[in-house]
Amino acid sequence: MQPLDALAKVCDDVRTGEPEEGVLGVQPALVAAPASVAEAAEVMRVAAEKGLSVIPRGAETRLDWGTPPERCDLLVDTHRLDKLIEHASGDLVAKAEAGLPLETLAERLEEKGQRLSLDVPLPGSTVGGTIAAGAAGPLRTLYGTPRNLVIGLTVVRADGKVARSGGKVVKNVAGYDLGRLFSGSYGTLGLIVDATFRLHPVPTATAWVTCQVDGPQEAHDAVQAVLHSPVAPSALEYIAPGTVAALLEGVPDGVVARAGQLVELLGGKTDITENAPDGCGAYPDGTTLIDVTAPPPSLSDLIGVVNSLGNGVAMTWNGSGHGHIGLPSGLSAEEVAGALSALRDVLGRHKGGAVVRYAPQDVRSEIDLWGPVPALGLMRRVKDQFDPDHRLSPGRFVGGI
Amino acid sequence: MEPVLKALALRLDAMLGPDRVITDPVRLRTYECDGLTNHRSTPAIVVLPDTAEQVAAIVRACAEAGVPYVARGSGTGLSGGALPRADGVLIVTSRMQRILEIDIPGQRAVVEPGVINLDVTRAVRPYGYYFAPDPSSQQICSVGGNVAENSGGAHCLKYGFTAHHVLGCEVVTPDGELVELAADGPGYDLLGVFVGAEGTLGITTKITVRLTRVPETVQTLLAAFDSIEAGGTAVSAIIGAGVVPAAIEMMDALSIEAAEAAVRCEYPPGAGAVLIVELDGPDSEVAAQFAEVERLCRDAGAFEIRIAADDAERALIWKGRKSAFAAVGRISPAYLVQDGVIPRTALPQVLARIDALSAESGVRVANVFHAGDGNLHPLVLFDDSEPGAAERAEEVSGAILDLCIEHGGSITGEHGVGVDKSRYMPRMFTDTDLDTMQMVRCGFDPAGLCNPGKVFPTPRLCGEVPGVRKGPHPYEGKADIF
Repeated sequence: MQPLDALAKVCDDVRTGEPEEGVLGVQPALVAAPASVAEAAEVMRVAAEKGLSVIPRGAETRLDWGTPPERCDLLVDTHRLDKLIEHASGDLVAKAEAGLPLETLAERLEEKGQRLSLDVPLPGSTVGGTIAAGAAGPLRTLYGTPRNLVIGLTVVRADGKVARSGGKVVKNVAGYDLGRLFSGSYGTLGLIVDATFRLHPVPTATAWVTCQVDGPQEAHDAVQAVLHSPVAPSALEYIAPGTVAALLEGVPDGVVARAGQLVELLGGKTDITENAPDGCGAYPDGTTLIDVTAPPPSLSDLIGVVNSLGNGVAMTWNGSGHGHIGLPSGLSAEEVAGALSALRDVLGRHKGGAVVRYAPQDVRSEIDLWGPVPALGLMRRVKDQFDPDHRLSPGRFVGGI
Repeated sequence: MEPVLKALALRLDAMLGPDRVITDPVRLRTYECDGLTNHRSTPAIVVLPDTAEQVAAIVRACAEAGVPYVARGSGTGLSGGALPRADGVLIVTSRMQRILEIDIPGQRAVVEPGVINLDVTRAVRPYGYYFAPDPSSQQICSVGGNVAENSGGAHCLKYGFTAHHVLGCEVVTPDGELVELAADGPGYDLLGVFVGAEGTLGITTKITVRLTRVPETVQTLLAAFDSIEAGGTAVSAIIGAGVVPAAIEMMDALSIEAAEAAVRCEYPPGAGAVLIVELDGPDSEVAAQFAEVERLCRDAGAFEIRIAADDAERALIWKGRKSAFAAVGRISPAYLVQDGVIPRTALPQVLARIDALSAESGVRVANVFHAGDGNLHPLVLFDDSEPGAAERAEEVSGAILDLCIEHGGSITGEHGVGVDKSRYMPRMFTDTDLDTMQMVRCGFDPAGLCNPGKVFPTPRLCGEVPGVRKGPHPYEGKADIF
């Protein structure tokens, strides 16, 4: 039986791929959209039988990240896996299918005064895609990334078997935590089909305290002042060229008092606003996006490098020690490689690094997207166990994984 | 001693120098168990390395000899995770206790695995920081052990577990290689799975921990209720009001009685349950929320509320709770501790079922728990001199875990699976789930020498063992470029 027919027997929604569905230029031969975990498992089983390479697709917000796949026989689209399976508000947990958009999830949780504390920068992102990309927004200062918020995960393995880890209680150390392993794994270990998250109450009051700074040293000082203060911001962001902003969340009186404390601490050009400052919570503009690991003490050095890269380079940075650099269009591969190596030199001294998320295709093929990857050998061995035939998102990840 | 072990002991001795290798049977006995004393096994060899390189060399020597090994920190674990192998080596990290770096601007510190949990806090407290994970054993447990067990503590309700406070680890892999795992580096989050793997994926030799700003204010109250149900109602009301306390702890009448006998904590007489609620954070936030918590406790029927006026009074409130485990020794010759977790909203039903179980079996159960996150620590009491009593206690204990699983919970919230609960894993996970977890183990430790027999009831066959792989690696050629 042909793969298309075999897949059609187990899944209602199977068709051939279109050129515009290409993953970084690689057109999928087939597209399947399973509507249940059982159907997804069957699709993956057939893919294993037929030796098809598989790439999971959510809302395509980050499908252009990473390196192009070696091949794509089957795109598994999760948009029909869009159920909120359970919202146990008394327990502050929710279980949702992989294809559910985070905005839809947020609306449903809001009805009970709760939220998933993950303010992902790209609209439309799905539960599964966000986990697979390990993406997070400004709230990561206090709440971390998917690795901190996923408490249970269901995946379909390369061989079509369904495996769960964790559960639906926050405090749980039974067995290995595959939720953390799959966070940021780019679809190379298995197909994420549902996830259980810990939730938080929506705060009753919020305020942004925004301060204008002039130069790397002032930015550093403002960030350090907030970090070491007792105001406990939910988000702390630096937005180039000269804004430091802190989000305060809590009860109304508390937020007013804390905002006052911050204004006093930061002095000078400081405002309290209801909304986030411009550019906050979005990836910086540009055709190349670089994700940087940059602990707080590296901020002034990082700003120095970004300034040296010339006009049109955009940057945001979070107090958790993580930032994004946007490079403008029109740079040659050598120029991008030069910028990358300057960033890696400086950040390397602070135990940080730089990873390219996306870049124009001609640039991407000429640069090292990942930089040095410690423990790569161990990563390969884990990959070999989960996907011995290298059919899952082949070539999309570090070291050719 | 078997010839293989004898040869290994000699090799380790030559490698590590004097007083670092123990083979004397009397001294070995010191290490026969961890904090869970009903599992005992005397190791064949104990080694006390001083450096990461020595740990790596020890692991390589064990791998070459095909001898299993177990890492141990302070030995305070409560699931037998550090239970030695009679045919193996116990690698004790207690000599590796330097704090290597304190980086306040970066809010992190780098420590060796044998550093005591509370010593990290002591070292950074002058700067206004602390290390958030606070297992009850924090005065003696090691950070390396915290990493292995993904330790929690009373305050993990708000601050999360060790996994959320470890930014990186230097690890000796079962190949004897030293590698760096980071929470935020390129590639797989191997650190995320290493933390909490109970020492089955390797041995950490250096840990970068996140430091947390000491909160501006801490407020603690103790509320006494007639019954556990009333206390449970207060817990639900507090969480339902959107308050995230630093800790919510509950004790029932039997555990209060024990604590009273042991430490004279002077909790309100006649209480069927006491609740300890602690809030921390900015002054203004805590003030508003604390008033609300107090009101919610009264609404739920608290007949007495005590508010700690200062740190001394706070310590007094916590004294009864913190001594509860040891205190049951005052009311029972022996006991088993469980560590099950249930969804918080299932507390009333599950506690009623535990009561029923206790009544049916005649086995007394004292309940102490982290009520905020549904983590129960039922203490199952028995008289070990009475024939059959231990078995009956074990049965009740297992039935309680079944209750937790039935209500969608977990068999362990913070103590780990170890050897103690591995037989319960198939009740919580399918064979495929366990097989999938063990794929990670096969990636790290295909020979199965690193803390074998823990966590999983049945080892997975890993197939190909590294070193015998033939031909070029499938990634070869592409690997160096991207």
